[in-house]
Amino acid sequence: MSSIPNTLKYASSHEWARDDGNGIYTVGITEHAQGLLGDMVFVELPEVGDSVTQGDDCAVAESVKAASDIYAPLSGEIVEVNEALADSPELVNSNPYEDGWMFKIKVSDTAELSALLDAEGYKNSIDE
Amino acid sequence: MANQTALHGKHLEAGAKMVDFFGWDMPINYGSQIEEHHAVRRDAGMFDVSHMTIVDLKGAQTRAFLRYLLANDVAKLTVPGKALYSGMLNEAGGVIDDLIVYFLQEDFFRLVVNSATREKDLAHINNEAKAFDVTVTERPEFAMIAVQGPNAKAKVANLLTAEQQAAVAGMKPFFGVQAGDLFIATTGYTGEDGYEIALPNEQAADFWQKLLDAGVAPAGLGARDTLRLEAGMNLYGQDMDETVSPLAANMGWTIAWAPEDRNFIGRKALEQHKAEGTFKLVGLVMEAKGVLRHGQRVVVEGGEGEITSGTFSPTLGYSIAMARVPATVGDVAEVDIRGKMVPVNVVKPAFVRMGKKVI
Repeated sequence: MSSIPNTLKYASSHEWARDDGNGIYTVGITEHAQGLLGDMVFVELPEVGDSVTQGDDCAVAESVKAASDIYAPLSGEIVEVNEALADSPELVNSNPYEDGWMFKIKVSDTAELSALLDAEGYKNSIDE
Repeated sequence: MANQTALHGKHLEAGAKMVDFFGWDMPINYGSQIEEHHAVRRDAGMFDVSHMTIVDLKGAQTRAFLRYLLANDVAKLTVPGKALYSGMLNEAGGVIDDLIVYFLQEDFFRLVVNSATREKDLAHINNEAKAFDVTVTERPEFAMIAVQGPNAKAKVANLLTAEQQAAVAGMKPFFGVQAGDLFIATTGYTGEDGYEIALPNEQAADFWQKLLDAGVAPAGLGARDTLRLEAGMNLYGQDMDETVSPLAANMGWTIAWAPEDRNFIGRKALEQHKAEGTFKLVGLVMEAKGVLRHGQRVVVEGGEGEITSGTFSPTLGYSIAMARVPATVGDVAEVDIRGKMVPVNVVKPAFVRMGKKVI
């Protein structure tokens, strides 16, 4: 059984979002998702300043097994990306909720949060 | 219910992630596929390959039968124990399977064929064997463990009796010998030194545990795939199948054209393929970020082809692939990666052997 922290919000497409205050949300993929993908070899991140829309693909996680689109869980502007993933994509495997984060969004409409799942809802969606 | 090998319990014990592999419940990895890959390149790793099919052929005309059944010529096998890699073709010159044949005695040869093709292989072999009065016996009572890597042989040596050690001492690549309960062969699917060992099912778990205790790392199907691709070895069903000529699958070296009077299944069709020309299987190297994948379109000089196998190469640190393309291909090509044309270099399809880059 994989870890699903109660403090985060989740998209059914396996991204998590963490409220960092001031409308900034940090985004990554869940432990369950990294397990499905296997060893990460490249992560193609959006650029700072890009505007993203909830549900649109905005990054690509390439593992040994497959290339997988990462969807923006919330709409807004990309304000920071995790540069460490360029040299150490395996952080997504080893520490998906902390060092393996992918990007931060300055959220434009917090009402969109209602479309996301809580830990219990995500757990049910992956049937663990 | 999926088939389980004699080592199934050992995989679960090690926390392996199990997947369905053509009806077998097999380990894809034991945590990290890349670490398992490195273990084989740098030290020693082991794979459960018990799902592969061992078929024993017996009878006075076995050699004549195999000279008809296979595109490679078992007349090359003059020393007992010597093995040969060959395609088994249909009349249209397509590849039914690729296999290894061991010459054990004049009336006794052993085949190791793929598990995914087991049923059609056995049907085909049985059907063709009738005319030669050859007995075809599958050996499901054997498990098979591939121990591969620069330190593989030394680590296995600790588990062998003095007699077994003597039997394998100085054994050259592509030989097999029955030593006590073990059939030990200097073959593999990684491009490294090592053994493939067949042994009775009931001894497999104990042998596996002793290998673990000797510091051999268990490795799953994931690492097996990246290792074989780095070594430039074909995967049946992906790099070739019944619709593909061996000439278009980098298997030209496995076709024994001489002597010209040897008739083998598919020979006529192959001669036609040769005269007409075929696509060829090449290697691709992409040092830019990204991963080449099976099915991606490849644009080369004179036409278009497709990637048959692609992956990230853990040894090289960038992506490699095998692609079937028009024979007019030059030194460079472009691959369509999700709509973006990315330049790649074209090389011979072998990237890493014995731990070293060969491109």
